[in-house]
Amino acid sequence: MFQLLGIPPQALFGQLLLGLINGSFYALLSLGLAVIFGMLNVVNMAHGALYMVGAFVAWLLLTYVGIGYWPALVLAPLIVGALGLVLERTMLRRLYKVDHLYGLLLTFGLALIFEGAFRHQFGVSGQPYPIPDLLKGGTNLGFMFLPTYRGWVVGFSILVCGATWFAIERTKLGAYLRAATENPTLVQAFGINVPVMVSLTYGFGVALAGLAGVLAAPIYQVNPLMGANLIIVVFAVVVIGGMGSILGAIVTGLGLGLLEGVTKVFYPEASNIVVFVIMAVVLMIKPAGLFGREK
Amino acid sequence: MLEMRDLHGFYGESHVLHGVSLNVQQGEVVTLLGRNGAGKTSTMRSIMGILSKRRGSIKFQGEELIGMAQHKVPRLGIGYVPEERGIFSSLSVDENLTLPPVVKEGGMTVAQIHDLFPNLKGRGTTQGTRLSGGEQQMLAIARILRTGATLILLDEPTEGLAPVIIEQIGVAVRALKARGFTIVLVEQNFRFAATIADRHYVMEEGHVVDMIPNDQLHANMDKLHTYLGV
Amino acid sequence: MTTRSPTQTQAGLRLRAASGAATHTALLMGGGLLVAVIAPFLLYPVFLMKVLCFALFACAFNLLIGFAGLMSFGHAAFFGSAAYVTAHAAKVWALPPELAILAGTASAAVLGLAFGALAIRRQGIYFAMITLALSQMVFFLALQLPFTHGEDGIQAVPRGTLFGLFDLTDSMTMYYSVLAIFVAGFALVWRTVHSPFGQVLKAIRENEPRAISLGYRTERYKLVAFVLSASLAGMAGATKALVFQLASLTDVTWQMSGEVVLMTLLGGMGTLFGPVVGAALVVTLESYLAATSLPVPVVIGCIFVVCVLVFRKGIVGEIKHWFENRSK
Repeated sequence: MFQLLGIPPQALFGQLLLGLINGSFYALLSLGLAVIFGMLNVVNMAHGALYMVGAFVAWLLLTYVGIGYWPALVLAPLIVGALGLVLERTMLRRLYKVDHLYGLLLTFGLALIFEGAFRHQFGVSGQPYPIPDLLKGGTNLGFMFLPTYRGWVVGFSILVCGATWFAIERTKLGAYLRAATENPTLVQAFGINVPVMVSLTYGFGVALAGLAGVLAAPIYQVNPLMGANLIIVVFAVVVIGGMGSILGAIVTGLGLGLLEGVTKVFYPEASNIVVFVIMAVVLMIKPAGLFGREK
Repeated sequence: MLEMRDLHGFYGESHVLHGVSLNVQQGEVVTLLGRNGAGKTSTMRSIMGILSKRRGSIKFQGEELIGMAQHKVPRLGIGYVPEERGIFSSLSVDENLTLPPVVKEGGMTVAQIHDLFPNLKGRGTTQGTRLSGGEQQMLAIARILRTGATLILLDEPTEGLAPVIIEQIGVAVRALKARGFTIVLVEQNFRFAATIADRHYVMEEGHVVDMIPNDQLHANMDKLHTYLGV
Repeated sequence: MTTRSPTQTQAGLRLRAASGAATHTALLMGGGLLVAVIAPFLLYPVFLMKVLCFALFACAFNLLIGFAGLMSFGHAAFFGSAAYVTAHAAKVWALPPELAILAGTASAAVLGLAFGALAIRRQGIYFAMITLALSQMVFFLALQLPFTHGEDGIQAVPRGTLFGLFDLTDSMTMYYSVLAIFVAGFALVWRTVHSPFGQVLKAIRENEPRAISLGYRTERYKLVAFVLSASLAGMAGATKALVFQLASLTDVTWQMSGEVVLMTLLGGMGTLFGPVVGAALVVTLESYLAATSLPVPVVIGCIFVVCVLVFRKGIVGEIKHWFENRSK
């Protein structure tokens, strides 16, 4: 067997896969954050909590209603998206005319409420969620063993990110979204109901978080605090990528996940902080972020 | 077609329109003249509901616009070309052109629009804001023509443009008039306005102070000079 | 003459109002101090010390958001790291309390300089996100570095003898020392806000491009404000480590950063007394809730939501607003 800088390839590729999985979640979450931020100017601090809610919805559906993984993959994002619609309509909407920081504070409060309520109800220990039958097992690729479910998560996340990118950058609906992000007043003056678009954008953005939650459920345990620390890494990802670009969010998310994986192999102590160090470096060199535009 | 009665408008606390009254007949081209800050753009914005704190009455084809949801106003057939043109930089020329939804039948086709504004032909994939100022103005007008709007609000279409481009815009506006569009035009450049308008409303300090039919423009030149302070 | 007199009256009124406000402030400060001196005879000193530490922490945070318009979402990094350094200095290096607190405060200042230099490159929401991310890095360091003892934290920190004279194991002595530290910190904030430096900060908050065009190097002002705020937050954390004889991970979590935001928001951003009121309320509420079965984060979250939606001026801000309206 060959070795790479003294690291057995099994370990290296194993960590890379793990990094890629984390990266998939970073990409899905930062994509949602970027879409929401573009349209609402709100940094959605509740994003991690809603990711957790997505995982819990899947778990609750399975445990209490007997609805399995595949329907949950559709239902949970829809439920989280609907929850987002309600939050936007009843609360966030009132804050568009005041300093954008209040949107951040409001969603921080919401995150505390969701995480606190789920912890109160379900405790801090994680709930296991089984891998669906279709995706059990794995394949030996020669240089590493690839568990089917993990391959699915990476592939499906990239597919969803790609589809979102296509929808925003290449379709009529996406043109409305881009235009309304730039100049909502004028888009409204063309006869488009912008407030509804704003609600739907928030709903869609958090639905992506809910989807990530369902995908994560079989890998990590379903835990009320699963999104609490993740979301901050995602914030760093967003700062590194720059808020301006959809593609930037996706590429940065995946790239940083991989980088974390590599760090875990060569210098595991630093793996938790490598993203933040990169953020500091990027801020020094290009404050607007790798794909961002200076405003 | 458009009838405004004692319209008052506010930006937050500040009162910017003090009882504007005017009316526009079908097929007319009417200009709003006046100095900076006289309330011309605010009048336009209050028709579209962008200036939302309003009192009084604005009727379009008999329908009251005040109190109507903002996105429904354009759907009655009113097209708005803002002063800053509002070309979207994240959209291509084609995307900009086809962005406003078609609200009524009888709008121009893209081919007809390209005949009217040949500059826009073959530029479809260019980023909207890469066009020159004049081309952006043409695009801003062009995208309204597709929608089937019958009343067009043009806010300073000639601002900052070279004379040769202004001429081109003038040709286009006359072509639109010939097609039966009703046009309300805000202009500082009243020489340009005189070449296309039927009537001129003069605004001062947030209300209409005078109305001059275009054929009496020469007789009223002195008065107009005083109004505009030129 | 006739044109001048109304302006003169106005100026006179404003002057009288200003001096009236100054008298009010002085009265409030004196009254507050009196209450603080008597309080330990009526309430648990440890509880009061907790209030004072968090009040200082909130004042430090408020210096940035309220007077420089910079919203840090990572102030727990300074609070917590100073607590760790002070605890380590007192316990392992056996430094006396005054030096231990000084070491903690100094470490927070250094950290503040580093974070501030990075964060002030962006404004508004980005600033908040960057400070949040940087503070999360401190959290992971605290989790992993050997001297912080991971999940256990640094426990049984000796309070020691202040200046070799005052035995801090006596809770009354400890209380008055904490009160002295708080008063010093509060006075520093008050002095900063009312200095020419504070005026420039306010100008930057209102309109940064204009301040730049007036020739101010706004980056430097913001950085100094950031370091000052970080140091004071550190001083609060350092004091807290001695009071509770503990430095733990709780002090560096982002929830802690959020808590100080809430205290300031609840009391009133940009008011001098707001953070003190907010800290007292939140600490009281938390110790009350701890005895019930209600989930604390949910209640705190609800207060957050209510404050943001309907109560953005905060308690002191609303009172001030009410008085100003009445005097009109």
